[in-house]
Amino acid sequence: MQYLPNIIFALALALGLSFFTMNIRKLLRNIKLGKDVNRTDKKPERLKNMLMIALGQSKMVKRPFSGFLHIIVYLGFIIINIEVVEIIIDGLFGTHRIFQGLLGDGLYGFLIGVFEVLAALVFVAVVLFWLRRNVSNIKRFLSKEMKGWPKNDGNYILYIEMVLMTLFLVMNATDVSFQQAGIGNTISQFIAPLFDGFSPEGLHTIERTCWWIHILGILVFLNYLYYSKHLHILLAFPNTYFANLNPKGQFTNLESVTTEVKLMMDPDADPYATPPEGAEDAVPEKFGASDVADLNWVQLLNAYTCTECGRCTSSCPANLTGKELSPRKIMMDTRDRLEEVGRNIDANKGVFVDDGKQLLNDYISPEELWACTSCNACVEECPVNIDPLSIIMDMRRYLVMEESAAPQELNMMMTNIENNGAPWQYNQQDRLNWAKEE
Amino acid sequence: MNVPTMADMMAQGKQPKVLFWVGAAGSYDDRAKKISRAFVKILHQAKVDFAVLGTEESSTGDAAKRAGNEFLFQMQAMMNIEVLNGYEVKKIVTCDPHSFNTLKNEYPSLGGKYEVFHHTQFIQNLISEGRLTLDDTTLKGKRVTFHDPCYLGRANDVYESPRELIKRLGVNLTEMKRHKSTALCCGAGGAQMFKDAEKGDKEINVLRTEDALETKPNIIATGCPYCNTMMTDGIKFKEKEAEVVVKDIAELIAEANNL
Ligand code: SF4
Ligand code: SF4
Repeated sequence: MQYLPNIIFALALALGLSFFTMNIRKLLRNIKLGKDVNRTDKKPERLKNMLMIALGQSKMVKRPFSGFLHIIVYLGFIIINIEVVEIIIDGLFGTHRIFQGLLGDGLYGFLIGVFEVLAALVFVAVVLFWLRRNVSNIKRFLSKEMKGWPKNDGNYILYIEMVLMTLFLVMNATDVSFQQAGIGNTISQFIAPLFDGFSPEGLHTIERTCWWIHILGILVFLNYLYYSKHLHILLAFPNTYFANLNPKGQFTNLESVTTEVKLMMDPDADPYATPPEGAEDAVPEKFGASDVADLNWVQLLNAYTCTECGRCTSSCPANLTGKELSPRKIMMDTRDRLEEVGRNIDANKGVFVDDGKQLLNDYISPEELWACTSCNACVEECPVNIDPLSIIMDMRRYLVMEESAAPQELNMMMTNIENNGAPWQYNQQDRLNWAKEE
Repeated sequence: MNVPTMADMMAQGKQPKVLFWVGAAGSYDDRAKKISRAFVKILHQAKVDFAVLGTEESSTGDAAKRAGNEFLFQMQAMMNIEVLNGYEVKKIVTCDPHSFNTLKNEYPSLGGKYEVFHHTQFIQNLISEGRLTLDDTTLKGKRVTFHDPCYLGRANDVYESPRELIKRLGVNLTEMKRHKSTALCCGAGGAQMFKDAEKGDKEINVLRTEDALETKPNIIATGCPYCNTMMTDGIKFKEKEAEVVVKDIAELIAEANNL
């Protein structure tokens, strides 16, 4: 019977981890629904971006207040994982504070002391985050797309963090031998007096309860990630690594279009020539994107990585002037639709069955797409290098090239370019008149 | 005004060092034409060996591309590339950040590889080579604020050359609260210039003009013909024409140097 806790612990751990692995595999499958794009070049530059932006949080601190708080929570998260390793070993082998013996009192005390301070700081930071989200009127937390789940999701995570930090500190405070040793109880020594009247058994029960809820909480948190914007704590790393490295103004030149344009412009091309081998059964290329599978895998990875922070939206000129467009919503819609497609595939034994829906119209309206000035403010702002503009552009391409559904004035502009070589209706022969005037 | 064309030069057996890509706005838009002329005056003063394509120039296709019409863009690009490569063009300078971006970044993979400069970069080079000096007395004491064009700034990380030039004019350069990488778009990019804005509660150019007016400027300096139009309209909307003018950096230089 004495092994029962260890067995229960092992089972809980295995269950938590396998559920997590299952979801991660689903995530990878969904991302792979996207088109291929080569992001394996310039490895040193990619690595540097990842280290600076994801690990070093260099873009977070551009907004100093939230940036600073975020760094505390982030450090807390990374460092406390060392504590989690100890908990897992203790849990599996029935030991108690195994690292204390291994590392020696000095080092162990120092580490735990630091963890306790961090835990307290994280608690404070999380409370401030909660106040920002729920009490202060910060516009980007009040947008339309932040109602319901996205709002609750943000808060749930803050509550979980508060509870986890409290449990960690109370656990230490009620660990009698730990308090007596007086090493590393920087914060918990001030909590311990609250439990002065408790019997040793009572204290032990509280300590054990905290320990169990703490580790089970962490497993729940791990599995909550997949359903939450908090997935970014994992995906920020690949996302910054695979991000676009070209100048922001450089849009892709669609290769499928290049081939056709070359054929059109080549006077020697024979339109009736037999196509090269294999070409006849190639699926006719769809120009632009109307659904998630038309986007590339980096754009889909972007969607899963989005933290819904709204920095993009709060700098978007269209959004600032009251237009429907919100780059954050573009990312959230893309993820929602991708999840829907994923569930569809799961329900239909691995194949997608047309559900009569798509990203365009059902999630993102043409009105949103046409409001974008392609200014790249959203791309610049995103703390994890997400590129909402690329999705907007791919969907515009679909609207124009597949549906000829551009606003009337843009059709006129394009006709003018085609006929006169300028967006306005002027004669190309007058193109040098400016030099003769004045 | 003497503006040689590539065809003329070719007929005389000459190969100019740089092509001035005027762009559709710089060729046809009355306001932007003044920028083209100001820039040519600067080129003349620095004795730059240049030419334009004239009637052989066509839209770069930028507006079509950003509107989503990749076909039309690539047709324009390939036609232009054929002309440019035919004249063996190596260097291009333009006053239009949209042409700048497209020629520099989007033409290479379609076969058009050139060294492309925005006119502020080009003028800065002329100065550092000692071929041009800017008079810092004419505009002395004026309060100038610079509006970063998205396609020069964020799109291509060119923030300094326009500012360097403005500072050399002896004026008082003030920054708007949103500037450089956080600058607000004038509202014209992404083909918005050619259509009405979607429903909202304000026009983007008005919001941007408000940013500029907060710095209490005498002059709003621009480096893009579309920004110029948008900011000029914004100033009219705010009825500030009497106090504030919108000028391209090329115009400011031509004015300072009495060209
Ligand atoms: S690129 Fe488009 S979506 Fe992004 S900030 Fe600019 S206008 Fe908004
Ligand atoms: S796209 Fe980037 S900036 Fe926008 S909400 Fe998502 S994480 Fe934040």
